[in-house]
Amino acid sequence: MAQLTFREAIARGIAQEMRRDESVLMIGEDIGAAGGVFKGTVGLFEEFGGIRVRDTPISEQAILGAAMGAAMTGLRPIAEIMFSDFFAVCWDIVVNEIAKSRYMTNGQMTFPLVIRSGNGGGLRFGAQHSQSVENWAMQVPGLKVVVPSNALDVIGLMAAAVRDPDPVIFLEAKALYATKMEVPDGEIVDTLGSAKVVRKGSSATIVTIGAMVPRSLAAAEELAAQGIDCTVVDVRSLIPLDTQTILREVSATGRLFTVEENPRVLGWGAEISSIVAEELFYDLDGPIVRITTPHIPLPAADALEDMAIPSVSRIVEEISRSMNG
Amino acid sequence: MTISSLDLDAKLGLYRSQVELRQFEKRAYDLFLENYVKGTSHLSLGQEAIAAGFAAAMREDDYTFATYRGHAHTLARGVPMTGVLAELMGRTNGLMAGKGGSMHLTSVEHGVMGSYAIIGAHLPIACGAAWSAQYRGSGQVAVCFFGDGTTNIGAFHEALNFAAIWKLPVVFVCENNLWMEYTRTSEITAVEHPAADRASAYGLESIIVDGNDVDAVFEVAKKAIDRARAGEGPSMIEAKTYRQAGHSRADPGKYRPDEEVAEWLAKDPIPMYHARLLAEGATEAQLSEIDRAVAAMVDLATEEAKAGETPGADLLMKDVWADGGSAWRN
Repeated sequence: MAQLTFREAIARGIAQEMRRDESVLMIGEDIGAAGGVFKGTVGLFEEFGGIRVRDTPISEQAILGAAMGAAMTGLRPIAEIMFSDFFAVCWDIVVNEIAKSRYMTNGQMTFPLVIRSGNGGGLRFGAQHSQSVENWAMQVPGLKVVVPSNALDVIGLMAAAVRDPDPVIFLEAKALYATKMEVPDGEIVDTLGSAKVVRKGSSATIVTIGAMVPRSLAAAEELAAQGIDCTVVDVRSLIPLDTQTILREVSATGRLFTVEENPRVLGWGAEISSIVAEELFYDLDGPIVRITTPHIPLPAADALEDMAIPSVSRIVEEISRSMNG
Repeated sequence: MTISSLDLDAKLGLYRSQVELRQFEKRAYDLFLENYVKGTSHLSLGQEAIAAGFAAAMREDDYTFATYRGHAHTLARGVPMTGVLAELMGRTNGLMAGKGGSMHLTSVEHGVMGSYAIIGAHLPIACGAAWSAQYRGSGQVAVCFFGDGTTNIGAFHEALNFAAIWKLPVVFVCENNLWMEYTRTSEITAVEHPAADRASAYGLESIIVDGNDVDAVFEVAKKAIDRARAGEGPSMIEAKTYRQAGHSRADPGKYRPDEEVAEWLAKDPIPMYHARLLAEGATEAQLSEIDRAVAAMVDLATEEAKAGETPGADLLMKDVWADGGSAWRN
């Protein structure tokens, strides 16, 4: 066992796969000797060298184009897009090229690649370096979308993403990079498309991902003191989506709350709410409630950003109001 | 330009390749008019020498990256006509069973790694295939074709810098047909030669070739491909040519002055090459036999494509994922 930060877990997960498979390469801006701007790749350049861990220019289309071309010709690249907001400058490669090409070519090509990216707010970086974009990726047929919430899941889901034969968008909550947990030694491999029940309760079910998981767990503790005992489901992977776990846990409590960092409109929770409404309508004891960032660009000032992103107190307040209303 | 590296047999092969591309495109156009081919399509009429010359200079396992104007580049790599025509017609015997269409022709087994319909997107992707070849030490080269309009989009510049700094085995080929869709390229481009004049910005040689002269294209292609294979890095070649038809199916190309069209029709690569081969010892009988054989080949492909089945619902939900399916939830 070792105490590992979320950011150290990224490097450990990648290193585990690079040792195992020489076709795994990593490219991105400042990921080599510098170890990444978020220090997510520290030690990889030293261990695997500059051919396998390679710095690129600030050319996001080139980075993702290169990953796609490499994946279609037998390699398993991991590409880093420093901030997920920057997907906007290379979204064509993701959406039109990577995601569609297997289908368009009638299965002639596969794209075993991972695109990692620092996602979400909490660091006071302002609107162009803070958005949660998991709903962008989730809407695109042909992309898998993984959003881990802790160091152990980072390692196992990274391994699963690298081994997966399809393109995986791996979104790392920037607000979690410094968080720590005990992680076992040895190889860790997880499964895409499996949600985890991280707290078991009887009153209501909170479904959440990424940086909202620890906040939802903290909120659940405060709610428990008020007599509202919540289940918390960490979805972990939006595509493929473990709908069965969500349906089972919502059915058990009769209430669904989603806690989402993405802006409100068509956030990932909207799809889950729709599935639950269609398939579990008669098991619900009250309305589905989505707790999200409002439909605004994120402000930079700490006071404002804290008001925008769902906080522990807002989660407690909204669930409490709805449960008592 | 020296043409000594090709013997008469090889040149007859280049002639045949160009005639195949020409007759195929004419048939594709006729099939539009008969409503067998739906959607849109972008023909390479007049630009055949570039596809034929490059394909002849490539190794079997080299990679082609083409654009939406990709019928010629696909066929030139040896992809059967039936599969291409059937793809245009949306039939199950199409290259991609009708799921891609005219603008996305792909045949991995022939090294045709896709035809891309977002301007510029495939230049970075070709870099990726070249990077992969470099890492694997396979000696493969990626050849990436694009139009003059592509030189003004960001991905073009990202890809050139990327290829140059990593010395990637990739050859960029600009087919400069003078018109960016309906607008004259010179009116919307800061330099006279849209690709060649940009090459020096990335430390590359400025190379311009007569894109209607298949021998010249072959020579310049061979040099650039050999150079890439030897680990000496990327090249960019600007091939001057002209599309004899409009931009796409919907475009009659009326914006082009008649005298310009006439001037370029006089420089049609196929009659030009026909005359050259006669001067170099080929017989009229040899050349007309090629014309006849290709016509029969196109007729056969047309019949086979028409006989293809219409895709059924079983194909609709297939192959989003590598497991063959499209499930996104359990």
